[in-house]
Amino acid sequence: MPAAFRRLQAWAERRLPALTRYKRPESLPITLHRRRVYIVPTAFGTAFTVLLLVMLLGALNYSNNAALLLTCMLGSACATSMLVAFRSLHGLRLTAIRQGQAIAGESMVIQLVFAADDHAHVSVHADMDGQTETFMAPARTETWLTLNLATSQRGWQPLPRIKLWSNWPVGLFHAWSWIHPDHAVLVWPRPEPAGPPPVLQGEHDLRRRLHQGEDIAALRDYRAGDPQRHIAWKHSARHEHLLVKDFEQPEAREEWRLDWRALSPLSPEARIARLARWLGEAEAVGRPTALWLPGEDIALGHGRSHYVHCMNALARLP
Amino acid sequence: MMRIPWFHRSPKVPLETRPFDLLCLTVAVVLAVHASHMPIWLAAALAGTLGARWWQRRRHGGRAPALLKLPLVALLSGVVIFYYGSLFGREPGAALAVGLLVLKLLESETARDARVGAAFSCFALMSALLFDQGMVATVLVALGLLPALATLRALEPAHPVVPLPRELVPALGLLAASLPLALLAFVLVPRLSSPLWGTPNPGQARTGLSEDMSPGDFTDLLTDDRPAMRVTFDAAPPPTSQRYFRAYVMWNYDGRRWSHIGTGGTPGEVEHKGALTRYTVNLEASGQRVLPALDVPVEAPEQAVLSFDYEVLSTRPVNDTRTYTLRSASSYRLEPRIDDRERRRGLRLPAGFNPQTLALAQRWRTEFGSNDKAIVQAALKLFHDGGFSYTLAPAPLGRDAVDDFLFSTHEGFCEHYSSAFTVLMRAAGIPARVVTGYQGGYWNELGKYLLVRQSDAHAWSEVWLLGEGWRRVDPTAAVRPERVNLGAAAATAGEAAGWSPSQWWLGWRNRWDVVNRWWNQGVIGFDTLRQHGLLTPFGLRDADPGMLGLLLAVGGSLFAALGLAWAMWKRPANDPARASMQLLERRLASLGVVRRHSEGPQHFFIRAARALPTHRVELERLMKTYLALRYAYDEPPPELLKNFRQAARDFRPRRMVK
Repeated sequence: MPAAFRRLQAWAERRLPALTRYKRPESLPITLHRRRVYIVPTAFGTAFTVLLLVMLLGALNYSNNAALLLTCMLGSACATSMLVAFRSLHGLRLTAIRQGQAIAGESMVIQLVFAADDHAHVSVHADMDGQTETFMAPARTETWLTLNLATSQRGWQPLPRIKLWSNWPVGLFHAWSWIHPDHAVLVWPRPEPAGPPPVLQGEHDLRRRLHQGEDIAALRDYRAGDPQRHIAWKHSARHEHLLVKDFEQPEAREEWRLDWRALSPLSPEARIARLARWLGEAEAVGRPTALWLPGEDIALGHGRSHYVHCMNALARLP
Repeated sequence: MMRIPWFHRSPKVPLETRPFDLLCLTVAVVLAVHASHMPIWLAAALAGTLGARWWQRRRHGGRAPALLKLPLVALLSGVVIFYYGSLFGREPGAALAVGLLVLKLLESETARDARVGAAFSCFALMSALLFDQGMVATVLVALGLLPALATLRALEPAHPVVPLPRELVPALGLLAASLPLALLAFVLVPRLSSPLWGTPNPGQARTGLSEDMSPGDFTDLLTDDRPAMRVTFDAAPPPTSQRYFRAYVMWNYDGRRWSHIGTGGTPGEVEHKGALTRYTVNLEASGQRVLPALDVPVEAPEQAVLSFDYEVLSTRPVNDTRTYTLRSASSYRLEPRIDDRERRRGLRLPAGFNPQTLALAQRWRTEFGSNDKAIVQAALKLFHDGGFSYTLAPAPLGRDAVDDFLFSTHEGFCEHYSSAFTVLMRAAGIPARVVTGYQGGYWNELGKYLLVRQSDAHAWSEVWLLGEGWRRVDPTAAVRPERVNLGAAAATAGEAAGWSPSQWWLGWRNRWDVVNRWWNQGVIGFDTLRQHGLLTPFGLRDADPGMLGLLLAVGGSLFAALGLAWAMWKRPANDPARASMQLLERRLASLGVVRRHSEGPQHFFIRAARALPTHRVELERLMKTYLALRYAYDEPPPELLKNFRQAARDFRPRRMVK
């Protein structure tokens, strides 16, 4: 009995991939070929078939050949529309997936890149986790489809199965195919809502360094105590007062050297949440941060890419 | 949660403007194809409602007031019942269906409503064919499917936006692509041998020959130029003056009206000389049982009987186009001996009518003695020389109709002449009867068939002469020979003979009729019998429904395979730059400069320029363009491609003469 079941399963794997094999993730690119495009009549299609049967019966009963010809034509057109429905999915290729950034609990923007081959794929819908987006992929171009993925917790989150379907061209047939790309997106940890600022250790952490920018932001009137070398002599010559080059003076920032080890009383997730909050706060004011994590030591830096780097590292923690 | 994949679409998708416009167009087409058999005011009211709804939604949006809906439905039903007396039947049913379709538009606000409307429109379109299944009507109705399909198509989201008329093109393509399968299904769908429920009553009185005749009846008929039947002859067609198709033989005369007796009795004896004419008649629906036959038919076709006076009567009224094959004698002696009963029947006249006519006949009898033929000639001479004229609008006749006609009005058409002639003969003691049918017709050279229109209806007489039997005498021919020799149109043309626009138009219509005939024979006349004989050429005598179903399945699978091949076919990548490059390579190869497999374009061009120094400049320019086209841009400008293709076409290298 188990042997027979395995044989059946093997047969199903071979013959009905959309029902079995493609439930498992597969690597990109994914091409919708004939083995994985399935078609059933829609509810409207079923009702229309009943209508066609009534028309057929009427035409036959009244032996009205013109009406019979018309009914045959309509029925044949409906059957042909099935092929068009199939063709609207057949040959579509998912070539790449681009992910946005999101902290756990928020939705993440995902872009699926579809490539169409020699014909356009019209009125294709993509269902993912209850949301439906519709798109059209013109022939021989790439089409980007944007979906929102709900996230729950930090770390790698595999993409769910996505259903691609179409009722094109006249809504009589529902063609669909499941795709399950072997692709995971990295979800950032959710920062704790509130908490203490980092405890700054060591003398050099206390050192406040007046940071002076290099760019001239504006000219202003001279005030007593301004260094002479900041006076804009050329501009001052054309004015009554002395003008001083006012250098961009970013807010005085202290460096935060954040350390996983310093938060030892807390549980790992609480540490991650706290570090995420500090990283966010530092990013908001442009404060340089360094981050020490088990297995990763991120040097002092600031800016968006540094923040992304740090958050990714936090997200990847076991 | 398990979700049934095809039931999850929300029914509340709002209806956009484009599908709504297309739906309005669909309903307008349905209304147009049904308008001809609806009272004009109802059609106008429905058209007005449709237009108002379209304007209202375009202008203000939103559904029509719900308060309006129920009263309008009640009003529509009331109007239909009031006008037709019932909601059921062909005409009231169609009127109600079209009306409800228009009212459905009032509340169409979702995609689902539009789908229901479009589907129901298809049904309403088909029902229009129950009224007229001619070719033109069928083609119009089939074109009516286009906006319905376009509506359904426009309801699907995310498709290219095009102007409204172009929305119809894909639907046309779909219908055209489905035509082969449709024809296969049409030919092979097993027909019902008997209807499952009552066929629609023929309803409205069809004009055509009727079972009785009184002078003046034909007026409508003689101006009706619809085809009555089409006849093909196995051999050459008989000359125009011999094309008498008998329908009814009328014996009974009540002073006003002639009527036929009907079936019963066995056909009398006919002695025919010479070859029989074999021909096939394609008769339009007449609602009558009679099947017109040339001269004297010698047998009855299937599902018909021959009456004692050689009428061919079908067992069922001809409610659809009917085709039958007959053989007729053109040179014959019909019943050379008749019994007393038949003789009395052929002499019977109502008492107290037409005293002057009776007196005239008696005078002839005394004058010519027992020479019946001389009396016939005297009567024909009277019509020819007595100042009689042929007109379709004669003066009305009184109680003594024949007296009035012969002695005062002197005008009339075939009915008047044959009726008066027959009365004269009977009064003179010669058995006589009126025969109605068709005479003449238009010989369509293209289709090699005789087109007989309703306007070719004719009435003539038969008299019984000793030794000759019943002989045809056409008194109308004595008055207006053109009627018999040239046809009905010539007879009514009057003085304005010769070329006229209406003549010209009639000529074209007669020629065009070959298409109608083809349609009648190929489509409308494709019945169970023809279907069963379908496989005769392949050695199968009788194709039963099982066999037809099998063939349908096989054919359907074949088309499915073809369709799948189309659906999965991938067009080879279209690369015009590559094609032009290949052209160049072919031309250079013919001069011995063959591009090697691994050779890059630059190397190839340089080598070619070295081999053909006269074309060096040209080749270098081609090389630069090609390299720019291939490697300089992500999206090369179209003019660059154009230039390269042009230059490649114009490049015709010649070998240098050494």
